[in-house]
Amino acid sequence: MAVLLLADVNDGQLATDAVAKAVDAVKSLGEVHLLVAGEAAAVEAAKLEGVSKVLKAADAAYDHGMAESLAALIVSLAGNYSHIGGAATAYVKNVMPRVAALLDVMVISDVTAVIDADTFERPIYAGNAIQTVKSSDAKKVFSIRTATFNAVGNGGSAAVEAVSGPTADLSAWVEDKVAASDRPELTSAKIVVSGGRGVGSKESFDIIEALADKLNAAVGASRAAVDSGFAPNDWQVGQTGKVVAPNLYIACGISGAIQHLAGMKDSKVIVAINKDEEAPIFQIADYGLVADLFEAVPELTSKL
Amino acid sequence: MKVLVPVKRVIDYNVKVRVKADGTGVDLANVKMSMNPFDEIAVEEAIRLKEKGVATEVVVVSIGVKQAQETLRNALAMGADRAILIEATDDVHTDIEPLAVAKLLAAVVKEEAPGLVLAGKQAIDNDMNATGQMLSALLGWSQATFASELAIEGDNAKITREVDGGLQTISVKMPTIVTVDLRLNEPRYASLPNIMKAKAKPLATKTPADYGVDISPRLTVIKTTEPAGRKAGVRVASVDELIAKLKDEAGVI
Repeated sequence: MAVLLLADVNDGQLATDAVAKAVDAVKSLGEVHLLVAGEAAAVEAAKLEGVSKVLKAADAAYDHGMAESLAALIVSLAGNYSHIGGAATAYVKNVMPRVAALLDVMVISDVTAVIDADTFERPIYAGNAIQTVKSSDAKKVFSIRTATFNAVGNGGSAAVEAVSGPTADLSAWVEDKVAASDRPELTSAKIVVSGGRGVGSKESFDIIEALADKLNAAVGASRAAVDSGFAPNDWQVGQTGKVVAPNLYIACGISGAIQHLAGMKDSKVIVAINKDEEAPIFQIADYGLVADLFEAVPELTSKL
Repeated sequence: MKVLVPVKRVIDYNVKVRVKADGTGVDLANVKMSMNPFDEIAVEEAIRLKEKGVATEVVVVSIGVKQAQETLRNALAMGADRAILIEATDDVHTDIEPLAVAKLLAAVVKEEAPGLVLAGKQAIDNDMNATGQMLSALLGWSQATFASELAIEGDNAKITREVDGGLQTISVKMPTIVTVDLRLNEPRYASLPNIMKAKAKPLATKTPADYGVDISPRLTVIKTTEPAGRKAGVRVASVDELIAKLKDEAGVI
């Protein structure tokens, strides 16, 4: 049987990195088909290696990730597939549990390893434990936590086939407020520079951003910094924010709450800059610098 | 309009989780338990809707062990009117799967006929992020997940959602299910007089059999292990030393 992955499409654009990593995660399970809402995104999706078919859904009801219509469409296609999933993004997590309930199966969220066709690993308790679960359901519905997988290349040429299906008239999209940025995307960046409560204000986040720009890095934030209004919500790294695993993660003024560590502890190299030498972040950092971030971060930016 | 809020009893978010050495799960014996933080936000929002005159009654429901009635009393002390406990297990280590929870909640919704269900976006124990979407599917209702703003406007609700690139605003038809994110509100603390008053508020006890719902799990937990640990590295004395380490030792810049 084959695998159907729902591809993330934001503002008509394919979230290529997330989708390419999800494809990598499931390629051992069988032929991979991608369901893509939108013309341009379908063209992009067809280039991903390891994808044998792209199902293009053109009806506007499927735009903007509206769960009711997308779930109805996926259920109408489900007969051909043993596995249905996607990257564990807000877009896919909005839809997949709905699909699972309509199919009367349990969803398996945030899969970090595919053991076999029925067995998966996933983190629980903010990543403080890893559970191996075996599903007895006829179809497996899941989301893939992409941080631990490698993106497939873009040298493929899958066939694109138009699909249509049921739609639901229960909700309507109003608007997206997406900050335009030239920086790399947080979940796919090689380097992430994050600020926490210690940064102190929205204005002071400039020094975090300056270091990020010097390193061509993405900018992240702790929940404390987001809750305090220093940084926008989509910068949040942690259990309930984004999960990242860059080559280098630089945590500035972040104490290291459990829920933040859950979002970044798989980074290859972690640097912590904090004036509190007792901060828990130092227990997991490869390189710790006990210093005032307002002096150390600009110095680092200028010397790199 | 009646508002239904499902709440879950989970390990307190400040408690360090211990994985049992034999791989059978997480040790929950004699551990501080609290209301799932996201559910607290949902309860708070429901109470605010009542204070604004939008909601008429706030009903809280929990599914799990008998001790979940403490969690329900806590919600009643915050200001909910009435509680329903569905006793689904007597083992604190048994987690009722979101699909079964959604089926039970769907049965409660049919009985109670709320105009709005407000739920936490995920429970901090199984981190599944599924119950709200599943309940919405089973009822054939609209859904709005990860809400950071909520406004009821007649037959519709306008919801701002926290999504990957920023914020998305959608309009959904009522009745609806909204799952709430961290920044929707700041939950209140229950005052002592309200904690006392909550003891007298109605709390009905039911079982899954009362609703004719099969709660057998679909997933078998084969093992639960500790994640690969990370050791503390070295302290560097200066920015210059840090740069040298990152360049020469780690090779990441």
